[in-house]
Amino acid sequence: MNLFPILQREFKSYFVSPIAYIVTFIFLLVSGYFFYTNLAWYAFVSLQMASSTAEGVHDLNLTDGVLRPLFLNMSIVMLLMMPLLTMRLFSEEKKTGTIELLLTYPIRDVEALLGKFGACLAVFALMLALTLVYVLLMAFYGDPESGPVITGYLGLLMLGAAFIARGILASSLTENQVVAAALSFGFLLLFWAISWATFFTGPKLGSVLTYLSLMDHLNSFSKGVIETKDVVYYLGFTFYCLFLTLRSLESKRWRG
Amino acid sequence: MIEVENLTKYYGPVPAITDITFQVEKGEILGFLGPNAAGKTTTMRILTCFMPPTRGRARVAGYDCLDQSLEVRRRIGYLPENVPLYNEMRVTDYLHFVSAIKGIPRRERSRKVAEVMGDCGLLEVAGKINGKLSKGYRQRVGLAQALLSDPEVLILDEPTVGLDPRQIIEIRNLIKSLAGRRTIILSTHILPEVSMTCQRVIIINEGRVIAVDTPENLTAQLEKSAQVLLQVEGPPEEVVTILSRVEGVLEVERRDIAADHQVHTYLVKSQPALDLRKELAAAVLRNQWGLLELRGVSLSLEDIFIRLVTEEEGSAADHPSQSTSGPEGPDEEEEL
Repeated sequence: MNLFPILQREFKSYFVSPIAYIVTFIFLLVSGYFFYTNLAWYAFVSLQMASSTAEGVHDLNLTDGVLRPLFLNMSIVMLLMMPLLTMRLFSEEKKTGTIELLLTYPIRDVEALLGKFGACLAVFALMLALTLVYVLLMAFYGDPESGPVITGYLGLLMLGAAFIARGILASSLTENQVVAAALSFGFLLLFWAISWATFFTGPKLGSVLTYLSLMDHLNSFSKGVIETKDVVYYLGFTFYCLFLTLRSLESKRWRG
Repeated sequence: MIEVENLTKYYGPVPAITDITFQVEKGEILGFLGPNAAGKTTTMRILTCFMPPTRGRARVAGYDCLDQSLEVRRRIGYLPENVPLYNEMRVTDYLHFVSAIKGIPRRERSRKVAEVMGDCGLLEVAGKINGKLSKGYRQRVGLAQALLSDPEVLILDEPTVGLDPRQIIEIRNLIKSLAGRRTIILSTHILPEVSMTCQRVIIINEGRVIAVDTPENLTAQLEKSAQVLLQVEGPPEEVVTILSRVEGVLEVERRDIAADHQVHTYLVKSQPALDLRKELAAAVLRNQWGLLELRGVSLSLEDIFIRLVTEEEGSAADHPSQSTSGPEGPDEEEEL
């Protein structure tokens, strides 16, 4: 597999243009705001509880009060930001024509694809790693459980990988970056909210829709539980999108 | 080295190329000549494995472009039209990236990159960003990336388009200096370029091959008469009469030069393969006229091309007079 040169090039090119800096900045700004409001609310509630009766204090903990809402909030910020990271991956090469050289070098399509996917995942992981500051702050003043922190981040990383795979697929379909962003954003939003329909679909279809929903699978991760069905869902989603991207690249070759 | 058999490619219902067949020997420079949208780029994209053909097969160094695409791609250096480069990268970084992707071992990369940069005259722009390069340097970077990994076959799509005359000459010399060890296919719609750089020419029009030969043979084949151009100072009617009497002359055509009424240019057409320059000069001198210029004129590729294309159209439309020669040569002949 000769995907490293592409991975390296793509990774660097994120930091040559302002894209990575802007997206990371906005991501940290918004998730930092969520962290602050969660923490402030938690502090307010715990103060109230301390001054009133001692009942219910045991139900109050950092994992449920701060971390879980933070993870869920961050996943929404990711939903908004990830299409901006992925939209250029193939669209730009198509627009400038560099794809013609890339696909005539002695590498397989899958190497080009995984190189790009890996680069974007690395940028996202870096972005996510910076939010560990919030956890460190919490660890300094309180003591959050380490289990849910680890699984929560693992869940976010897998969710991110799924977002990226979907974004790359959109990017391989068009040479227009705005179209690519719109395609991936719209699709992800739909899959985020797909379980809302369970109110009126009945239990059978409802359970299918709940399983399809991107966000519902984050729930157990944020509680500190790794469930096989969630892991399978995220990996399956990612691989399926990457597979479709390969097919899209190939069909582009045939259609010319 | 390169074998192409009945290559056909459809874009939707529209054929871009139909039944293209040709071979290229090792070490040859082949010119691919045709008007815009004749199918040059499509053929090259199939050879470089960017897209598969609808029908037919193409083989490079014995490997099939469809089934053994990676082997083919390892042996090809490709310069696409318009030279797509990663604009945000520096020249050196870009060439390092290409050498990595082409699988050159890590410890040899710096040497290889320095080598092609020297060959292509890129040392003075090494630290520049691709997007800021002039057109000429861009072309050279494109050529440099094609040359990395020492490919046996070079495929260059319009390598001199958009360059200024000095740059064109430089790039042509560079291409010529690459010949010998490498097999080169180069496409162009600029005709003199082909006769200057290529040993063999394929002329395609509307997706079909209409001629394959050396530039010299094509000229000889299509020349219906030998032509000599004279500029003579003397009474025009008499000059025409005298020149017509020289043995072997078929036709004398007078072309006026406005500035001086005594000086005229004459185009003398004679039987093919007949050199009448000496006789014509003698005839002029015998009459004590001033002989200001005398030179043989051969058909330029431009004429050949127009003839071939119009003959093709004539036969396609089942024209009754397809055996007559093409249109009269354009006013300005060019020397080969």
